[in-house]
Amino acid sequence: MNIDKKITDDLVANNVSFVTTVPCKQLAGVIEEIDAREEIFHIPSNKEDEGMGLCAGAFMGGKRPAIIMQNTAIGVTINTLATLIQYYRMPLPMLISYRGELREPVACQVEMAVHTKALLAQMNVPTYHFHHQSDVEELDAILKYTFMCNKPVAILTDANFWGGYGDQ
Amino acid sequence: MIRSEILKEIAPILRDQLVVCNIGLPSQELHMIDDQPTNFYMLGTMGLSSSIGLGLALAQDKTVISIDGDGSVLTNLGTLPTIANNVADNYVLLIIDNGSYGSTGDQPTYAGKKTKLEKVAEACGCENVVVCQDVDTGKVLQAAIDSKKMTVIVVKCDSGNIKLPVITMDPVVIRDRFMKSVQA
Repeated sequence: MNIDKKITDDLVANNVSFVTTVPCKQLAGVIEEIDAREEIFHIPSNKEDEGMGLCAGAFMGGKRPAIIMQNTAIGVTINTLATLIQYYRMPLPMLISYRGELREPVACQVEMAVHTKALLAQMNVPTYHFHHQSDVEELDAILKYTFMCNKPVAILTDANFWGGYGDQ
Repeated sequence: MIRSEILKEIAPILRDQLVVCNIGLPSQELHMIDDQPTNFYMLGTMGLSSSIGLGLALAQDKTVISIDGDGSVLTNLGTLPTIANNVADNYVLLIIDNGSYGSTGDQPTYAGKKTKLEKVAEACGCENVVVCQDVDTGKVLQAAIDSKKMTVIVVKCDSGNIKLPVITMDPVVIRDRFMKSVQA
C-alpha cells in the first residue's frame, strides 16, 4: 500500500480541497502527492497558526480544509485552536507527524512528544494515533467524523507508521 | 485621523464587501459603526485577519477585505510571503498603520519606528502595494476593489481610540451569518 496516495485519496473522497502544510521529513511524500493533485489547492504556510487562519477562511468560503504539520506545532497553535477553530466551531483535520516517538533519532523531538497527547487532551481535541500502517484504514471515518462535529481533530502519525527513518 | 474615523468614512464601501476585521478595537468599532452580516469579527487570535481573509478569497470569488493593523501584521509577518505567492485578485489587505498597539494602550510598534511595512510587503513579493494618508483611504480602497488586482494598502494615520463596548455576539452566530452572506 502506498500510504501517501491512500491519505490523499481519502482527503479527496471527503471533498477536502484546501490543504495547508508545514513540512516534515516524514510528511514529504504525502505533501508531494497533495501538491500534484488537481482536486486540492495546496498552500504552504510559514507557521502553523497562520495555516489555521487560512483554513478558517477557506472553510467560511465553502471549502473543506485540512492542515498537515509536525507535533511541535501543537505548542504554536494552542491559542488559535482555542480562540478561532474551537470558539467559532470549525472543522479542521490535523494530520500530524508525531516526532519524538519510537525510532526517533533526534533527542530534542522527544521533548515535545511527551507533551503532545497531554496538550491535545487538555484542549479536548479528539486524537487518533496511527502506529501501524493498517491504522490508516480509519482515516476516512476520522475525516467524516471531523466534518460531522465541526471540531479540530488530530491524527498523530509516528515513525513506525511511516516505516521509520531508514538507516541511521 | 484615527482608526475609528477612517472606518466611519469607509463604512459605505465596506458594506457591500466581505470583511474580515482584526481583533479588539477595530472589530468593536466596525461593529458599532455599521454592523453587517458580511463582517467577520475576530474576537481573539491576534495576527490572523490577513490569513483568514486570504483563505476566504482563495476559496470563493467575492471580494474580500481584511482589515488589519501594523501591530497585527508584525505578529504574523509570515503572512506577507504567503499572500505574495498565492495571488487572489479578489483580495485586499487594508493595513491601518497607526504605529501603535491600539487595543492594549497605544504602546509603540516597530512599524511606527524604523520598519516600513510597505517595503516589507514589496520585498515579500506583493505586486500592488499602495501607501496612503488617512484622508485618502476611501478613494484608494475603492480603486483597489475596482482594479480586481490583489492589493496591499498601508494607511498612515494617528494613533488613538474611542470608548466603546465589547462585542457580545456569540462567535458561532458571527460565523454562521457570515457564511450565509458568503453563499448568498
